[in-house]
Amino acid sequence: MKFAVLVFPGSNCDIDCYKAVEEIGEQVDYVWHTATDLSAYDAILVPGGFSYGDYLRCGAIARFAPVMNEVKKAAEQGKYILGICNGFQILTEAGLLPGALLRNKDLKFRCHSTLLQVANNKTAFTNQYSEGEIIDIPIAHGEGNYYCDDETLAKLQANNQIVFRYKAGANPNGSVDDIAGVSNERGNVVGMMPHPERAISQILGSEDGKRMFTSILNAWREQHGAAVNG
Amino acid sequence: MAQQLTAKEPTAEQIADQKIYQQFGVTDHEYDLICGFMGRKPNYTEIGVFSVMWSEHCSYKNSKKILKKFPITGPKVLMGPGEGAGIVDIGDNQAVVFKIESHNHPSAVEPYQGAATGVGGIIRDIFSMGARPVALLNSLRFGNLENARVKYLFENVVSGIAGYGNCIGIPTVAGEVMFDESYEGNPLVNAMCVGLIDHDKIQRGVAKGVGNPVFYVGPATGRDGIHGATFASVELSEESEEKRTAVQVGDPFMEKLVMEATLELINSGIVLGIQDMGAAGLTCSSAEMASKAGNGLELYLDEVPQREEGMTPYEMMLSESQERMLFVVTPENEAQAREIFDRWGVICAKVGKVTDDGRLRLFHKGEEVGNMPVTALVDECPVYDKPSSEPAYFGENGALDTSYEEVTDLTGALKQILASPTVASKEWVYNQYDYMVRTSTAVQPGSDAAVVTIDGTRKALAMTTDCNGRYVYLDPEVGGAIAVAEAARNIVCSGAEPLAITDNLNFGNPEKPEVFWQLEKAADGMSEACRVLETPVIGGNVSLYNENAKGAIYPTPVIGMVGLVHDIDHITTQKFKSEGDVIILLGETKHEFGGSELQHVLIGKNEGRPPALDLAVEKKLLSAVRGAITQGLVASAHDLSEGGLAAALAESCISGRLGADVNVATSLRADAALFSESQSRILLSAKPENAAALTAYLTEQGVTNAEIGVVRGDALTININGRPGIAAPVEQLEQVWKDAIPCLMK
Repeated sequence: MKFAVLVFPGSNCDIDCYKAVEEIGEQVDYVWHTATDLSAYDAILVPGGFSYGDYLRCGAIARFAPVMNEVKKAAEQGKYILGICNGFQILTEAGLLPGALLRNKDLKFRCHSTLLQVANNKTAFTNQYSEGEIIDIPIAHGEGNYYCDDETLAKLQANNQIVFRYKAGANPNGSVDDIAGVSNERGNVVGMMPHPERAISQILGSEDGKRMFTSILNAWREQHGAAVNG
Repeated sequence: MAQQLTAKEPTAEQIADQKIYQQFGVTDHEYDLICGFMGRKPNYTEIGVFSVMWSEHCSYKNSKKILKKFPITGPKVLMGPGEGAGIVDIGDNQAVVFKIESHNHPSAVEPYQGAATGVGGIIRDIFSMGARPVALLNSLRFGNLENARVKYLFENVVSGIAGYGNCIGIPTVAGEVMFDESYEGNPLVNAMCVGLIDHDKIQRGVAKGVGNPVFYVGPATGRDGIHGATFASVELSEESEEKRTAVQVGDPFMEKLVMEATLELINSGIVLGIQDMGAAGLTCSSAEMASKAGNGLELYLDEVPQREEGMTPYEMMLSESQERMLFVVTPENEAQAREIFDRWGVICAKVGKVTDDGRLRLFHKGEEVGNMPVTALVDECPVYDKPSSEPAYFGENGALDTSYEEVTDLTGALKQILASPTVASKEWVYNQYDYMVRTSTAVQPGSDAAVVTIDGTRKALAMTTDCNGRYVYLDPEVGGAIAVAEAARNIVCSGAEPLAITDNLNFGNPEKPEVFWQLEKAADGMSEACRVLETPVIGGNVSLYNENAKGAIYPTPVIGMVGLVHDIDHITTQKFKSEGDVIILLGETKHEFGGSELQHVLIGKNEGRPPALDLAVEKKLLSAVRGAITQGLVASAHDLSEGGLAAALAESCISGRLGADVNVATSLRADAALFSESQSRILLSAKPENAAALTAYLTEQGVTNAEIGVVRGDALTININGRPGIAAPVEQLEQVWKDAIPCLMK
């Protein structure tokens, strides 16, 4: 399986995503924001950071980068696309995911470990977790306050598109319905504010994020008739 | 407009007759020297260039003699002071690069941008050496946090550091923040950056090869930051608000692009010399690069990218617009260099040429607008030996008895200390910093030192910043030595071998003999400690004239120390690990309240003598603790500092979410046993099965040690000679400790 890690000017979690894929032993390339062909890749990681300095609005400039047309095509083809932090913001700006990310309710950047509840373990990104499992994944953002209107929220709930919630009582940023991550209707595009790539070994404080990457691998192998055995 | 501005510039004659140079901080004597080196009177641009090059900030004219005291060599030092940053070997062809720098005055008038550009500047110092920045640290001082202006400064300095570091994607992993009235109106903002480099990639700021082109990269030059270096070299006053235009505005996104492009350029192997444009911008970088190569340099100022119309040569030479670099390649490699910067979307302009005449020559609109001897700019600034005299307070303090009346409410005193902003949890601060990006942070902020792993190896770097300005004020020599010793203790407690230090000498006006005495004595103390503990000074920064209406700040020589963790298995933290672990106190406690947190909180004074320091004892202690950690005998290690034994025990309990039952056998008064800040003490815990081996080893190494208790339950109970001393649920202590700063900031 082959992963792409997109690199926009100002991306800074690209290296961490790359390392996370290496950690599960799969192939991975950095792909520049000007790239016009993603056909070689099975999964696309849109990393965190401050693309274009987060000027204007987080993700608002990155959505116009040439590579984003290819990301849209890949989404239509059913490839796996994971946007983390700034990547999540970019995917919402690009219209690939519903909702928007506002400034944290306390107006401060927040960096610390957070407890998430796996709200849907039937996605290609979460099949290695159990339903309702509490996992420890850090956040680091100033604009992670997920917002959508009531109608969209009802749809997200009805379609099982809420993938992660902050543990009850531990919502760090004011997100609607404690939402930490959502998927598109088809389930092949996921965006989340917490950083699973920062939770891949005990020395970093948690390895709960690693299973997101093995979930993607597992889903891909199932799709290609070679599910992971142990 | 441009004509008007130029027309307004005084002539060389007017500068001489009206002594206009004095406005730039140039003395009559210095002006005469400059005229001598020039063979004529300097014009407006030239006197501007001289004034920044001869400012304290660039020339160290008042501190050079002090800096000579420091030991700067050692078997592992690959580069000492003089370049952008010092470099120390860490084996396997790798080296660590680090430096600390102050941005005190800019932060006093414009805290967000002042702090942000301080971070930006120190990062450039590291990547211009060819190193990949891997961590940021800081050391901050503010006045009393009850004061509204102090809150504003604190809030915005932290925001500025976060804004820059988070965006550029370098984790801010450690730091220290202290609050004391002496810093009111003149906060200290020191930023440190640590980078990694392969030996063969080390760069120097030299303009090599006569005829080679000189390139400018980074954003266009504006009128911001003009005379920043001069501003840094005078006392703050009510007029300082007018100097807001001397504060630069940072763009971390641009710096990220400049950094990536520069590192790619350096990795391509074609760079002959490179230097960042920090203080004094184009002036300092061009003059220093020419000087280090023994060459000259011509600058074609029309080619300098400009953000504003009608900029004069004076403005371009003195602007401190941020995120700019200067480099030299051969003409054959020009295209390759340009391709790299184009791809990253960074401006790259050919602005000059290396010459062999030893002159810095400036050309603008077809005319030569400046022509100065490089050596005069860089090396000939007079060095001053300032008068020094022992301040009266020093003698008076020596006669004071600071044992004070015995404190009876010991639990109450501990809570007061834990709630003191200097000791209280700094979570409010560091949660605003991204301390995890790059996924190498093995020990996060809040322990004795941060630890950052080195990819592809089993090694890691431990790093810390330390200084207790109260101690240094009370006795600069002892306080200076303690700053180094405490930094080393923090590094050792994290499982590392101390390597070297970078220092930031924050002092008052050196023209006051009492301030100069503090500077001299502190340097003596630091030097001695560096020699004994084998941690040479590989670079640093001097920030003088830190004064406000009430006088000088406490002398604050901040130590930034880096250590090497030889194997990640050695990484140790302060938190208690498991029920049943045995708690051992190392070192001797004396009745020492001078400069202590207890004195500050309960007496409201800073008087007497600071705790004594015996460097031989310290060295023995550090070596024994390192040995014990390496042998796997230690579960937790925590340095005793502000608040003494009681605060250290509380911190180990809180961070480990475990209680402790402690009994201290002592001949001292209970309050002294608990809150004295005697030096060279460390709190260890060990698994019960390791405790005997650990204490035997420590005793064999000649280190005083005592088993004082056991990790147990969810309360901290400390008895003194079997009599109740302190008792409180850990949760309650945690609340006091964690809520203090957020409450004050509401």
